[in-house]
Amino acid sequence: MGNEATFITKNFGKYDPMSIDSYLSIGGYSALKRAISMDGEDIASKIAEAKVKGRGGAAYDMGRKWSQSRGIKAPHKVVICNADEGETCTFKDREIITHDPFNLIEAITICGYTVNAQDAYIYMREEYRHLRPRILNAIKQAEEKGFLGDRILGTDFSFRIHLYSGAGAYVCGEGTALIRSIEGKAGRPRMKPPFMKVSGLFALPTCVNNVESFAIVPHLLMDDKREYVSYGSGESLGTKLICLGGNVRRPGVYEIPFGTTVRDIIFDLGQGIPGGHSLRLIQFGGASGKVADSRILDTPYTYDDLKKAGVTVGSGSVLVIDDRTSVLDFLRMTQDFFSEESCGQCTPCREGNLHIKLILAKMARSEATQADIREMTKIAKIMSISSLCGLGESAQNALLSAMKVFPETFELGGEN
Amino acid sequence: MEDVQMIHLKINNLPVSVPKGTKILQAAQSIGIDIPHLCFHPDQRAKARCRICSVEVVGNRRLLAACSTEVWEGMEVFTDSQIVRDTQVGILQLIMADHDKNCLTCARNHRCELQELCARFNIQIPNVPDVTKDRKAENTNPSIVRNPAKCIKCGRCVRVCKDTQGIEALTYASRSDDLIVTTPYNLSMEKTDCTLCGQCSLVCPTGAIVEKDDTQVVLNALQDPNTHVIVQVAPAVRVALGDAFGYESGAIVTGQMVTALKMLGFDRVFDTNFSADLTIMEEGSELLHRIQNGGVMPMLTSCSPGWINFIEKHYPQLLPHLSTAKSPMSMFGAISKTYYAKQAGVPVKNIFTVAIMPCTAKKFEAARPEMGRDGMRDVDAVLTTREFIKLIRYVGLSFKDLPESEFDSPLGTGSGAGAIFGATGGVMEAALRTVYEKVTGKEAQPLEFHDVRGFAGVKEATYDLGVRKVKVAVCHTLLNARKMMDRLEKGECDYDFIEIMACPGGCIGGGGQPYDTTNEVRKKRIEALYEIDKGLPYRKSHENPDIITLYKDFLGEPLSDTSHHLLHTDYHQVHKLYEFE
Amino acid sequence: MATENAPEFVITDELARKIDRVLDEHEHDATQIVGVLLDVQDLIDQQYVPQSVAFYVAQKLPIKVSVIYDCLTFYSALSPTPRAKYPVQVCRSIACKVNGSDSLLDTVKKILGVEPGEVTYDGRFTIEEVSCFGACDVAPAIRINGTVYGHLDTTEKVRAVLEKFMQGGGQYGE
Repeated sequence: MGNEATFITKNFGKYDPMSIDSYLSIGGYSALKRAISMDGEDIASKIAEAKVKGRGGAAYDMGRKWSQSRGIKAPHKVVICNADEGETCTFKDREIITHDPFNLIEAITICGYTVNAQDAYIYMREEYRHLRPRILNAIKQAEEKGFLGDRILGTDFSFRIHLYSGAGAYVCGEGTALIRSIEGKAGRPRMKPPFMKVSGLFALPTCVNNVESFAIVPHLLMDDKREYVSYGSGESLGTKLICLGGNVRRPGVYEIPFGTTVRDIIFDLGQGIPGGHSLRLIQFGGASGKVADSRILDTPYTYDDLKKAGVTVGSGSVLVIDDRTSVLDFLRMTQDFFSEESCGQCTPCREGNLHIKLILAKMARSEATQADIREMTKIAKIMSISSLCGLGESAQNALLSAMKVFPETFELGGEN
Repeated sequence: MEDVQMIHLKINNLPVSVPKGTKILQAAQSIGIDIPHLCFHPDQRAKARCRICSVEVVGNRRLLAACSTEVWEGMEVFTDSQIVRDTQVGILQLIMADHDKNCLTCARNHRCELQELCARFNIQIPNVPDVTKDRKAENTNPSIVRNPAKCIKCGRCVRVCKDTQGIEALTYASRSDDLIVTTPYNLSMEKTDCTLCGQCSLVCPTGAIVEKDDTQVVLNALQDPNTHVIVQVAPAVRVALGDAFGYESGAIVTGQMVTALKMLGFDRVFDTNFSADLTIMEEGSELLHRIQNGGVMPMLTSCSPGWINFIEKHYPQLLPHLSTAKSPMSMFGAISKTYYAKQAGVPVKNIFTVAIMPCTAKKFEAARPEMGRDGMRDVDAVLTTREFIKLIRYVGLSFKDLPESEFDSPLGTGSGAGAIFGATGGVMEAALRTVYEKVTGKEAQPLEFHDVRGFAGVKEATYDLGVRKVKVAVCHTLLNARKMMDRLEKGECDYDFIEIMACPGGCIGGGGQPYDTTNEVRKKRIEALYEIDKGLPYRKSHENPDIITLYKDFLGEPLSDTSHHLLHTDYHQVHKLYEFE
Repeated sequence: MATENAPEFVITDELARKIDRVLDEHEHDATQIVGVLLDVQDLIDQQYVPQSVAFYVAQKLPIKVSVIYDCLTFYSALSPTPRAKYPVQVCRSIACKVNGSDSLLDTVKKILGVEPGEVTYDGRFTIEEVSCFGACDVAPAIRINGTVYGHLDTTEKVRAVLEKFMQGGGQYGE
């Protein structure tokens, strides 16, 4: 299928994820071996040249991030692998950990080498608890083979990876909440600055990357044929894992070349909407993502094109909602999610989510007035500009974008 | 001196220059602009969680929290644009909607930071519906009342309990709109690690944590013609009370205070400084006794009830170090119900002794069964400074216009040594003045012991008494107390005498002091106490003529049987809810 | 609150030993409290951390019990109040909802005879409505003690899953 690629996922199904020997037999750890012969700055440049952007949602330039982390001089630095994917309809990291755990461990090690860190922490959501043995096994076998631990591959580079578990809190995907959780506290975000790269986990300089972002790196280092950059164009080079779900016949994780149209994602890869229903809306990038209607179908899936169309890549999820669910019902489900997952410490997010939930319920009961809608809009804007962290900032993306795309939902009969 | 780098910015188009590292909030304050704030507290690290200080900074799509954002060169801030007003007022409305609004019957009515902001922004019609949850007040101990329905989740109390006191009795729990400040498993305060120090009630911006109100008990006693109501006032009150009546921080208002108490109808107005001197006589003698007889050393002071609650709960194995001397308040109570009753010719059962204290834990201390005899309490009611302020307002006194008057006799004379009890290091200095003279036979020169003064968390000094040197230490806050006790346990404390006060700065910074007690204010109050000391005719406890008379006529000598019976006590381990092997 | 008057959970010597082992495995490292609590919760039949156990962990780790309580109430996978031997977690997020999680929830309620938050008479089951656990590709889904069961779009499929955890056929709802 022309809409699918196998770059990030090229190891999937090719080896036994519980066996390092099996991984080595398909060329595993060649990338680390190559990396330690390189200057760290060159590794960062290679990632920068491929224009890899963070795959957790923020889409920060990854090569730049590694280079900045490298530039911070400190005797002890740490790397964090954020495996806390909690956005709704997002399960790509699960697939990577399930099918290719050694590649992830190798990638984290390369990062450690690049940024001169001594320790890495994988923070994995509790919901993936069943995958813990897989990661622990990979770490243990890598240690046994000398790919982790003291003086890796005979160099001066010593590095350890620790696995920490979340316990059911979406907000812990936010970097500062994540570090608080690893530090043994409730995962409530803190203000920035200080920024993570300067003072993160245990107040050490910290380089945080998402699982998918890591997973690209070993393949990219070995990509002598420049396959990765042959996909996509402009700022959106390479491939991307997307999580397709909702009302589609074939939900799942797909690796697509950047530039694949939304239509091809839904109707080719996902084989369309079941039961002869029509498309109501698509939410991109998880619960904190924005929504679009069918007018977006012919938009190529790239950072720029999606942005122009009013949405973002975010976590890489593509949630398809058909005509059986109303826009209002959709918004109420999203709101329920945030009303459950807000950490509650800052006023706009704690109280704002509650009030918006109440007003949406009022709309569902056909009791809302235009004044309610105005108030809801005001609260949503206050949340987005004044919340403490990204959760509060983005919680009303769905609502605010739906107001633009589906204005009729918010036009009430009656006075006020 | 190192040059401080100055940062130049504009706030509402006005040029401002402030030192590097200044936050927007303070930069605005420096040119007379008060950015609204709730979670911010000058003695705490910025939390940036209430978000009401959100301001517009040119070039930023989002508003920034003024309490936590450092200024930068060329920054342009707007504190009063439409978007800022909408956001600040919007956030205030969200807080209001989740706040129990029975302001008229609230302990903080008229002295509430949330109420002040609502008045400032002139909120007459709330835009969002009330979403308060049914949360019951907790009123299970003599000191502190918690009212979670009034909590705005600013986190100041959690911070002070953890960062200043190291106790962590209070915690956040749950998330989203269920987030609350509570105790582990919602246990009542006294079942937690809480020491009732009341610092939480001091920093709370609303009525969510307040002292247990005893003003009515006192008013009732004052109205009862058969009751002889006497009052003692702690040294720290007279340098804090003025804050509530328009005086500069640290103003000494002893004279007006005494007049106010007389006008309130107290039959006799006495001074805890008197019994502070008594404490020095007993505690100082105990120290010498321990030194001379190989007693348990080092000896620890026992004046601060938050500290007593702390050691009884957390370091019971170290209780033998604690001086057996009661606190000045309780010594006064015991004397009032014995010596004074006889002197005044009033039946003991008719005497009602009130204590005005800077402290919430004193309420608990007064309620201890060992602080009384024959089923009667030595101190019948304890009011905090804040409650005292309420009483003054209640009877409509124009405090600033009151003439000055003197304390009554015979429990109304205090020395300078008694006066400085209210400051961290004060008990130590008072004790040294007397002990030095008792041991060496001559007055210490200089009389002041500056090494034990000041706001440092832990101070230590060594003094030569001729026959022997004494090594002393002074610490304040329970966080420092814990560190000291850990050292003591490990045998790393070769001190002879350690003074410990639970609250920052000592009693002048107590949990029952007027709101807005910050560390800056605490320092001014400490200076004021030393000022009082300097101006007094007697500066050593043993020179206090009323004390000399008391010993001559009643007690005999320090550590006598009568003294032991009335002025000393013993302490007991307070078992934690769970103790595992 | 209710917890204060609840009958005291007694820590048996055996449970104490098991908790000690968990603490050892986590090297008495207070930063690992979340992992510690997940493991300790697994040791307790009703999948929660009782007050006495929280104080035990606090003293032995050591850590402030406030931190433990904050974590127990903050993280949805942890609980300070009794759950059940088999908490049946029904995903209530969008991908599952638009694939019929409402009727899945109804079916679970009917089979077990309890509402979400309630516990079956024998303490075996409770129903919990939870946020997305990343099984959107097999929606609608439930999760029981860490294992995901997907594609539960018929009553028969739901019953087949739940029966695995029932003893002797289980007489619950219906």
